Amino acid sequence: MPNDSVFRRLSDPPDGEVTIRFDGQPVAAREGDSVAAALLAAGFAALRTTPAGGNPRGPWCMMGVCFDCLVEIDGVPNMQACMTPVREGMEIRPMSGARSLGGGDG
Amino acid sequence: MHRTEFAIIGGGLVGMATAWGLVRQGRRVTVFDEGDIAFRAARGNFGLVWVQGKGVRLPDYARWTRLSASLWPGFARELEEETGVSLQLSKPGGLELFLDEGELDTHAADLKGLRDALGGDYPFERLDGTALRKLVPSAGPDVVGAIFGPEDLNCNPLYLLRALAQAVVGRGGRIVNGAAVRGIKPDSGGFILDNGGQWAAERVVLCAGLGNTTLAPMVGLEAPSWPDRGHLLITERLRPFLDHPTAHVRQTGDGTVQIGASHEDAGFDDATSAQVIGRIARQAARLFPVLENVRVVRSWAALRVMSPDGHPIYDESDIHPGAFVATCHSGVTLAAVHAMLLARLVAGDDPGIPYLESFSAERFRVPQAV
Repeated sequence: MPNDSVFRRLSDPPDGEVTIRFDGQPVAAREGDSVAAALLAAGFAALRTTPAGGNPRGPWCMMGVCFDCLVEIDGVPNMQACMTPVREGMEIRPMSGARSLGGGDG
Repeated sequence: MHRTEFAIIGGGLVGMATAWGLVRQGRRVTVFDEGDIAFRAARGNFGLVWVQGKGVRLPDYARWTRLSASLWPGFARELEEETGVSLQLSKPGGLELFLDEGELDTHAADLKGLRDALGGDYPFERLDGTALRKLVPSAGPDVVGAIFGPEDLNCNPLYLLRALAQAVVGRGGRIVNGAAVRGIKPDSGGFILDNGGQWAAERVVLCAGLGNTTLAPMVGLEAPSWPDRGHLLITERLRPFLDHPTAHVRQTGDGTVQIGASHEDAGFDDATSAQVIGRIARQAARLFPVLENVRVVRSWAALRVMSPDGHPIYDESDIHPGAFVATCHSGVTLAAVHAMLLARLVAGDDPGIPYLESFSAERFRVPQAV
């Protein structure tokens, strides 16, 4: 018996479209995209600023290792954009420095 | 044969602080650091400069600890100016939080006894839950009260170690890495060290933590100790929410929260246990409910260096003068006195602390029946 494959074929035309929002702006994404892939494809490079120096950072490793793609997703801070699949209506906000303890990045 | 005036065995906080104190006096110093197989308490600790509760059974230990805490700000300033490394020393004032009224009563009674033993000179304040939450609004509803110690501090212990190492080298000291000292032989008033190569030293200071127990008898000293394992957790970085260090939870200068203070006798095993990690994480979330959904990004365990009574051991060898031992579990708290005063003692000067005799390992010698 083969295992469940971790590989997927790129589908063209895409499986379907969803709309997510980044910092309030609607962004068209493909079903199956990670949040990071969708935002990069839409032209957003910097998704957060660092707690240490306030410098802009964006997705780099795209495989859950570098933690440079942290964003707030539906109110949950410090989510890895590259490890989170898009869902219709998702609200994404950039992480600005360290998270606060109020729940959001406020 | 290599030569040095002072051989410091151990490149942790005790060794580096003592070494810096010596190079500050213009002495020639070589620090021997075992390498990454060592247990390295200096790289695994909690970073508190902690006064409250130390010395309940030995008031001289409270005196020594308070002296160090009072010297700490000046020590930190000098080290920071010399190296450009910020030690992230907090403003004074630490808290031990209690979830159990009986435990708070016991701790407060211990501190009151210590205050009496010190002739009334021992500041602390008992806070009830309401007073505590006024000072620390994030303390949870289960916290029944706290002891506020106005002399407690915290710092970043890794920057402290780095700054000391940089300052030792900057003043011409040498650090020899990766070559454990396996043998020390007294030799015509000095000492020959075997660390793979051969070194001749005029004086030797044992600062090897748990390793001192094996090394001390080679020069006519003793330094009994046992490993007390503590677990530590680090969270993701958070906006500042906790100004005062507490005995179990502190927010670092970088925004991460460090959670700790477990104690286990696990022998020489510094592996982590999921059970203990879970226990201290749950406790931290009871003390500070805001931490409930915060991510833990790192965890580790390290071994405290505990003498049989928990107090430091400082001694010079009677049989082989010039050989010293310094064993303690409070390398951060005592860094200032080690640099400013212990370094003078091992250099042959009188640091003017008569009660240092209380820390001799003589106290562990049980008189033999005649």
